[in-house]
Amino acid sequence: MDQVATTVYLVIYAIALLVLISLGLAVIFGMMRVINLAHGEFMMLGAYVCVLAGNAGAPLWVAATVSAVLVGAFGIVVERLIIRFLYGRIIDTLLATWGLSLFLVGGVTTVFGPQGRSLSTSFGNVSFGGLNLSAYNLLLIGVAASLAILTWALARFTRFGLIVRGTMQDPVVASALGVDRGLIYMATFGYGAALAGLAGAVLAPITGASPTMGLLFVAKAFITVIVGGHLPLLGTLAASGFFGAIDGVVSYRWSSVLGEVSVLVVAVILLRMLPSGITGRIRRGL
Amino acid sequence: MGREFAADAATPPRWWWWMFILALAIVLVSMPHFTDDSLQLDLSITFVLALLALSMSFLWGYVGILSFGQTIFFGLGGYSYAILALNAGTTLWPFAAAIFLPMIFAAVLGYFIIYGRISDVYLSVISLVVTLIFEKSIRSTSGPEYVIGKVRLNGQNGIPGVPGLQLPWDSSMQLSIDGVFYLAGGTALLLYVCLRLLLLTSFGRIIVGIRENETRMELLGYDSRVYKLVAFVLAAGIAALSGALYAVWGNFVAPEMFNLNQAAQVVIWVIVGGRSTLIGPVVATGLVQYFSNWLGTVSIGQVTLVLGLVLLVFVLAFPRGLLPTIAMVLGKAVSRTGNGNPRS
Repeated sequence: MDQVATTVYLVIYAIALLVLISLGLAVIFGMMRVINLAHGEFMMLGAYVCVLAGNAGAPLWVAATVSAVLVGAFGIVVERLIIRFLYGRIIDTLLATWGLSLFLVGGVTTVFGPQGRSLSTSFGNVSFGGLNLSAYNLLLIGVAASLAILTWALARFTRFGLIVRGTMQDPVVASALGVDRGLIYMATFGYGAALAGLAGAVLAPITGASPTMGLLFVAKAFITVIVGGHLPLLGTLAASGFFGAIDGVVSYRWSSVLGEVSVLVVAVILLRMLPSGITGRIRRGL
Repeated sequence: MGREFAADAATPPRWWWWMFILALAIVLVSMPHFTDDSLQLDLSITFVLALLALSMSFLWGYVGILSFGQTIFFGLGGYSYAILALNAGTTLWPFAAAIFLPMIFAAVLGYFIIYGRISDVYLSVISLVVTLIFEKSIRSTSGPEYVIGKVRLNGQNGIPGVPGLQLPWDSSMQLSIDGVFYLAGGTALLLYVCLRLLLLTSFGRIIVGIRENETRMELLGYDSRVYKLVAFVLAAGIAALSGALYAVWGNFVAPEMFNLNQAAQVVIWVIVGGRSTLIGPVVATGLVQYFSNWLGTVSIGQVTLVLGLVLLVFVLAFPRGLLPTIAMVLGKAVSRTGNGNPRS
């Protein structure tokens, strides 16, 4: 019984982590069709801001908020300086963001040194139904769920969300209707970057902050969003659920590297069977 | 003049192109008589890496597929050679197998990615992801339980003591520094000529056609997936050859072969050189290698920082690459004086 409960918990945790690391990418890549290979480095920046703020005495929630705001602002700068010129040239966005990612890794290494920094938190454990669970992991599951709901609500119910969806669907018609296309792209990219920064920040107490940490996330995030298909939110959630389950079980039974390998193998086979992703057959939705 | 080097020249190269190749061959043969060992070693590794650049610019320039995964096959080639050669105690058939095994892997991977007809961009991303996961898996094999035959994989530290290539007629002799130089340079030159001549065959024309307009080629009755897959496997073979030569050159393989920085460098060579030529990336390999070695010695800062900046600047400012941009500027200057050839 305990074994089952532990497995279920680990699977939920793995799913939450996947949602957390791929939500920002789902907005930038899934909605805007900009392949952002610097996604992992946005998370890395978020983690650094959070660790620096946390070690300077700020409470974790403040540090995380600051990370989201700063990385979001950084995303807007990146969009204005680089991405703006590359819309529609999808391969070039891929190369440019890769250059950006190397640049950020190199830059952070130069400023803060190659060794990682850690952030200590005072979260204890919670006993629940005979299981001893880390309170922080439970908090992470809550953060992942609320971010997913927030993003969904923003896109579904607000006027801003409506305009964003319309612009992504048909930029020409949107600008004919008086929407400032550049502004919408900028804001959406910034929101995606802020999500990535926040994800990096809340993961910082677990992973610490190091220049190359982005590599840990970027592979999983891309697999999740690609397999998700053309509905960025629903697809990412569905793919997170599916891969989280595989990753959780395999990592628990064998090793975390094997978990990642099995996710990749399943993803490649899945793309052969469902080339347009899990949500390929669904017409409507987010 | 630019057309002789372009990736879509379907006409046979003219006499002076052959003279150019001949001149390169003469330089290559006579080089060891004039240089010392350290320069030869440097040049050999440049040729080995130029092969990797060739494999990528073939795939990207001819077929239009940007695969970040050339380092997968590079690394697989190196590891296959190291493991097989150390186990077998001989080197010739392991060298052949080190080219063949990654091609089989490429066929399987390519089948899944290409036959699903997902867009080429996804192929780029997925090949990148596969590279990342390969590197991570190899790094995690440091424990003593990860043994293939009698070779420990050693995780982070790589496999040392990989034997050099034995001479086919005398297995007690290993290839000398001169020998490795000739082998690497000769292979690079030979493959360059072969890939250039490939454009004259119907296969070459079909893959260029697929790059230009895949739908039209399909409507003309060509199954573009078959051609893309064959090109993918061929490119994997070239990358694997490069990896095996790397192991021969350095007597060492390490997870860095799969590294993202390695993958980035290959892309930078091809971008800087210009993907619409084959010779451009080869030249750029030498230039960028020299440049990053120089950066390492003057320690201006992180090499990755500079490489990232180079990549950014080239994508934003010179998307056609260095050589084609120079050729274009020169062409404009020539035609302004009134006696330019409009074709170039």
